[in-house]
Amino acid sequence: MTDVLIVGAGPAGLSAGIACAQHGLQVKIVDEFPRPGGRLLGQLHEEPDGTWWNGMEEAKRLLEQAEKLGVDIDCGVSVYDAAKTKEGWSVSSSHGNFEVPKLLLATGAAEMALPLPGWTLPGVMSIGGAQVMTNVHRVRVGERGIVVGVNILSVAIARELQLSGIHVDRMVLPAQNPVTRDAGNPEKVFQSMLRVAHLAPSTFMKLGSKLLKSKTMQKLALQFLPGIGGIRMWGIPIQLKAAALEIIGDKQVEGVKIVKINAKGAPIPGTEKVIPADFVCIAGGLYPLVELAAVAGCPFAYLPELGGHVPLHNERMQTPVEGLYVAGNITGIEGAKVAAAQGTVAGLSIADEFGKLPEKNLLSTAIETVEVVRQNATIQFHPCIAQGRATVKNMSAQHKSDA
Amino acid sequence: MTGRIEHHPILGSLENRKQILFHFDGKTYTACESETIAAALLANGVRTLRVHEEKGTPRGIYCNIGHCFECRVTVNGVKGIRACLTLVEEGMNVESGVQLPVPFKEGGHQK
Repeated sequence: MTDVLIVGAGPAGLSAGIACAQHGLQVKIVDEFPRPGGRLLGQLHEEPDGTWWNGMEEAKRLLEQAEKLGVDIDCGVSVYDAAKTKEGWSVSSSHGNFEVPKLLLATGAAEMALPLPGWTLPGVMSIGGAQVMTNVHRVRVGERGIVVGVNILSVAIARELQLSGIHVDRMVLPAQNPVTRDAGNPEKVFQSMLRVAHLAPSTFMKLGSKLLKSKTMQKLALQFLPGIGGIRMWGIPIQLKAAALEIIGDKQVEGVKIVKINAKGAPIPGTEKVIPADFVCIAGGLYPLVELAAVAGCPFAYLPELGGHVPLHNERMQTPVEGLYVAGNITGIEGAKVAAAQGTVAGLSIADEFGKLPEKNLLSTAIETVEVVRQNATIQFHPCIAQGRATVKNMSAQHKSDA
Repeated sequence: MTGRIEHHPILGSLENRKQILFHFDGKTYTACESETIAAALLANGVRTLRVHEEKGTPRGIYCNIGHCFECRVTVNGVKGIRACLTLVEEGMNVESGVQLPVPFKEGGHQK
């Protein structure tokens, strides 16, 4: 008899499963991917102290701990519905129905697309797709690539491709349009890049430390940054003043047509040229993967600082729908360490619901830990995450008092 | 050029995995045991997994984690299987998607 079903075997789902099982609950975790670990599997970056964050090792550690505690993990299972029953939840999957008292959604995030002409050609992948191919499957995505979209995720993954011996020719912005918006605006992108300055300190030290603090200096620097050339991280040219107009190719990617843009993102006519490439990565950023929370009937909030629509939840990771919990990127886009800390909270919170958490301080400590991990995160996906988190918490409390 | 990343400065060298044979559109390819169809095909230099059902334009792997359904193929006669989530097996018969006659007929997929 399963007490709790967890959808998603990433850092949040595995951590939650561990916390539940440590308190005597029968846990089942399902995941669509053939192996557990979620997006941890592909992660690899150098921390400011010089050590490597090796997501594959982290996933292995969590998995071993979960298995030791008897957590039942089924991969290759796709969940497509969750319906409330008298006793709990009836969850529909590609491998039959599960009837469970408690349901935790730890589905993570999906990548936003930046459609541009030619983006359906073979050889065009999402940046996350290229990460999985490179670090998880250890298959080369190509010989010489161009990354379209400059953000925290794409910069980190471009570095990972480079570590695998794959040549990233350059990173450029997507041409500005109603879909790409800020992703095509050099000023906005430059500001977001300053938040990852610590990942490649030498690059940004060259630009001067004053730059990091003054908005006026940032604008000035951007005006004088050469359109083609720009800045480099680990030797990879990041061209904030060039935009991709079109991906060229007959049967597969052969190149990218780029154009110089001004500091506001407007193209400069007559500066178009085609750069040869055999693969292209599109990086539009992440949004919470929330469909299951929607079909389960959970109320939502739209909070751009958390990456889009997120299911309402309190700091115990309970949604307003009885027996439905959320943890990890489904609640807002943050790093794997925050997701894992949230998973532990969700697991303890579920154990408490079952009356199996005699040590109440464990839950309050776990909630505090999420805050500490968030403050110490190497990669901040959005500058206003704390504000977004506070808003969700207030909205959730408001929802409860209205009900 | 595609192929495998045998050595990695942080992740180390690839361990020796059992080699298996599978078929894609009538040709035989070698794969490593417990890898996905998508990874096995890309390692063999195959980028096009299907064509657009109406326009016939080529399609390959896009998201690689099951969200986009761009890599759907026919596996042992079963249509609509995501190559990026399905592990390749010895003797597996994989077929790419093909262009369909237009205009599409209502219910035509059920024939």
